[in-house]
Amino acid sequence: MTLSKPPLWEHHGDRGAKFTEFGGWDMPVEFDSIQTEHAAVRDDAGIFDVSHMGQIHVTGPDATELMQRLTSNDVTRLEVGDSQYAVITDEAGVIVDDTVVYRLPDEDGEPTYLFVPNAGTDEAAHERWIGHRNEWGLEATIDNRTDEYAMVAVQGPNAPDLVEEAADGSVTDLGRFEATYATIDGVECWTARTGYTGEDGFELLFPWAEAERLWTALDCQPCGLGARDTLRLEAGFVLAGQDFDYESNPRTPYEAGIGFTVALDTEFVGRDALAAVDDEGVDEQLVGFQLIDRGVPRHGYDITNTDGRVIGTVTSGTMSPTLEQSIGLGYVPVEYADPGTTLQVVVRGRSKKARVETTPFIDTV
Amino acid sequence: MSFDTPDDRRYMESHEWALEDDGVVRVGITDFAQDELGDVVFVELPDEGDALEQEAEFGVIESIKAVSDLYAPVSGEVVSINEELFDAPELVNEDPFGDGWMLEIDADDTDELEELLSAAEYEDQIA
Repeated sequence: MTLSKPPLWEHHGDRGAKFTEFGGWDMPVEFDSIQTEHAAVRDDAGIFDVSHMGQIHVTGPDATELMQRLTSNDVTRLEVGDSQYAVITDEAGVIVDDTVVYRLPDEDGEPTYLFVPNAGTDEAAHERWIGHRNEWGLEATIDNRTDEYAMVAVQGPNAPDLVEEAADGSVTDLGRFEATYATIDGVECWTARTGYTGEDGFELLFPWAEAERLWTALDCQPCGLGARDTLRLEAGFVLAGQDFDYESNPRTPYEAGIGFTVALDTEFVGRDALAAVDDEGVDEQLVGFQLIDRGVPRHGYDITNTDGRVIGTVTSGTMSPTLEQSIGLGYVPVEYADPGTTLQVVVRGRSKKARVETTPFIDTV
Repeated sequence: MSFDTPDDRRYMESHEWALEDDGVVRVGITDFAQDELGDVVFVELPDEGDALEQEAEFGVIESIKAVSDLYAPVSGEVVSINEELFDAPELVNEDPFGDGWMLEIDADDTDELEELLSAAEYEDQIA
């Protein structure tokens, strides 16, 4: 298999980045060190190349209905320049993917959306949208623009000023989850006050060919997927393919702790199944935990109760650079999900004491 | 990227180094290894007095992104461990051949060192 390369691949290599395969893409995982990059985002500003994320463009008279019926949140609440976090579920209410849906300015007088599925899932999402559009006889044009759009995230307390200085006009008047077209260093960008770090900042979508220009203009600490992972985990954000996975760890949004993405008063694929889950409650749920004993929890490690009986599995874990404590996420039966509950995580054959914590683990925007 | 590989010591394929002085072998991991691991956050070491066999696991090193076993370059008794690493594991990143050392083994037989790689052989391995 050939890995896709982000537009800045060579630029990153020249900068000394290490790379890793992620969702079929060869992405920078580390530029300097995860701790250096992580600290820059928490204290100052950092920039991430997230061009591996998908971009699907949907427009037409029935675009709103199509989006409404294929995502869990209430798309009709989006005015132009709004965005929302949502999940894509199957008939059983199991998460296929999570995504951010942006309402773009109308095109040819028709409602227009851009949604951002995870790396490597854009083709499946594109097919899913086309299949349902045809099945339901809706009128909408669906374009997979993953290879046309580059995407960078500029995150950290000083990120808004950095983007503002490079922008024509003001972008810092955008609220959280608001977006607009803005010219940044001469490049027209879809500029969104969104992110995946728990910090303030922007995500910028713009033509692939402009990637180097924009990256260079927004001069701050380059950050790889390693720091992106530690930052999102401290913020308690789930990662598709790791904290839930359609094949290997199928979960409903309620189990995964993202029930807030589910608008049961709308009609979408999986809605009825999720209404039943909402009614009956879940057996297991994703919790945050902190290790009390020394050790680092990692994806796939067993979680046991204090008697040593296996009750769940770690889905994400790391040594938190901000807290200097080992933290993680994992699924446990609901009777073990209350904050303060003592659990154990089996780290390389040894039981380490852990305590259920509320997430986010840190203060976030 | 180039890595330091001082030629005053021997190397294991698993990226530990061994520096002998008067029958006592000091052990750590290489510059290449610390770079591969990235930010080291935790090192688990044996107790002084523990007996180790050559090529047996003696500890664990955890970085933010990876975890790796540590292997003994020679057989013998652990006579010293670098307790500074418990509070400052980043010493392994900052000075892998110096202050980031891990333990000292009173070797049963220093001839075992001859079975390990020379600096030149190790450099070939990581090239």
